[in-house]
Amino acid sequence: MWSLIAVTALVLGPRCAFAQQVGATPAVDSGDTAWMLASAGLVLLMTPGLAFFYGGLVRRKNVLSILMQCFTAMCVVTLQWILCGYSLAFGPDVRGIIGNLQWAFLHGVGGAPNPDYAATVPHSAFMAFQLKFAIITPALIIGAYAERFRFAAFCLFSVLWTTLVYDPVAHWVWGVGGFVREMGALDFAGGTVVHINAGMAALAAALVLGRRCGAASPPHSLPLAILGAGMLWFGWFGFNAGSALGANALAANAFVTTHVATAAAGITWAACDWLYHGRPTTLGMITGAVAGLVAVTPACGFVSAMDAIWIGLGASLACFCAVTFAKAKFGYDDSLDAFGVHGVGGIWGALATGLWAQKAVNPAGADGLFGGNPGLLLVQFKAVVITAAFAFAASWVLLRLVDAVVGLRVSEHEERVGLDLTQHREAAYTILE
Amino acid sequence: MKYIVAIIQPDRLDAVLEELTRREVHLVTVSNVLGRGRQKGIAAVSRSHKEAGSLLRKVKLEIAVNDGYVQPTVEAIMAGARSGQIGDGKILVLDLLECIRIRTGETGSPAIG
Repeated sequence: MWSLIAVTALVLGPRCAFAQQVGATPAVDSGDTAWMLASAGLVLLMTPGLAFFYGGLVRRKNVLSILMQCFTAMCVVTLQWILCGYSLAFGPDVRGIIGNLQWAFLHGVGGAPNPDYAATVPHSAFMAFQLKFAIITPALIIGAYAERFRFAAFCLFSVLWTTLVYDPVAHWVWGVGGFVREMGALDFAGGTVVHINAGMAALAAALVLGRRCGAASPPHSLPLAILGAGMLWFGWFGFNAGSALGANALAANAFVTTHVATAAAGITWAACDWLYHGRPTTLGMITGAVAGLVAVTPACGFVSAMDAIWIGLGASLACFCAVTFAKAKFGYDDSLDAFGVHGVGGIWGALATGLWAQKAVNPAGADGLFGGNPGLLLVQFKAVVITAAFAFAASWVLLRLVDAVVGLRVSEHEERVGLDLTQHREAAYTILE
Repeated sequence: MKYIVAIIQPDRLDAVLEELTRREVHLVTVSNVLGRGRQKGIAAVSRSHKEAGSLLRKVKLEIAVNDGYVQPTVEAIMAGARSGQIGDGKILVLDLLECIRIRTGETGSPAIG
């Protein structure tokens, strides 16, 4: 009898807790919550956007493999996140390194706000918003290993990487008690966690996998890539302005700086193309725009719109040099420039935050070098080095591990026939009806 | 004058063009085609329903050459397109009756090169 009561109490326990949370929700602000939920939707749209951006750039025999991998990230990372990922990244701190598993299975993550992260929106809305970041980060790495990665390897690598690389780094930078956050490093929307992290993993992947077979081919559909870039730009407003975690002036500042930096970066890359290759290209312009989005990500809530112009301009110059000169010189096959744009652009953005951040924009931030505080630049530099070194080393080890378990790379024959047919038994386009 | 038609694997096109250039055969017309030989292709699957039909993507090269260039052209295609696996394709050599360059009105051998 007593055991029956105990079991009943166990079953009812969480529901009672939930009821209490619903009772304690007056702190929830409807405007903030609406913006948080809309932003979460916007950030999710970036992953299909990325799929089209990358998908247009590969050969026609591989476009479905890219779309499939991006969509798989949406499915698989979502499940990982609610089972344990969110708790590892944002759960109660363990020595500044990782969250514990107290919030696994979303235990205790409900309608009541968590004042440590977002005091005016339901905890579940914050969790859902952060989930979209966890989805797109492993998807970004696809750009480095496109056209030659086995699908089984993709699934295993993405789950392991999200759990063992993304979740810890997210905790260091954003989690309460995370050691990079305690250092005072500024990362408004995820330049370190998302872009440097994915960019360094991309470099490791390009080096571990080696070059693709045959000569480099032109993109099979630039209009598709431009559509994808447009979706990324649109979704990035959720990524950056949503990271204000409220519908307020800070969100508006992030919205404007994001837009301005992207515009400056897009036109700068096109100008570089014009000067260096003789013609401005659409691919150059959209690559520049993405580089600008990446670079302004850590800075958007700490800098002014005028500073954002310089951040965007610098992003395109740095990434253009990385993609045009460094890649050719060192010979790594970063298929779609995941490292060249996200790694290099992310590092530039983190350092640029140390240059142009100002307390006048965000009192919770800090002044940068141009505001008379060189210390911030040093802290930003340290955060970059720590994240980049960890992401590169851990990704390298994971890739080697997955290679030993399932094999990373398709056979040469499969690569020649194309991943769509060999990995998925589908073709993206027909020639006859 | 001969008209050489070659059906090859799509992914071998770059290698064949390279071999042709090396042998100074520059003029070539290329098209995407579907076809089938005796081999079975990789059938696509649509909503778990295996699609019927076994037409495979191939690339067709068409090259008009003077007689002295037939051998180098065939060698180039063999060198670039041969993997030793089933489905490597075929080379067909046809007699060519006439060739006219539209711009100048030249006919015969001089019009080919």
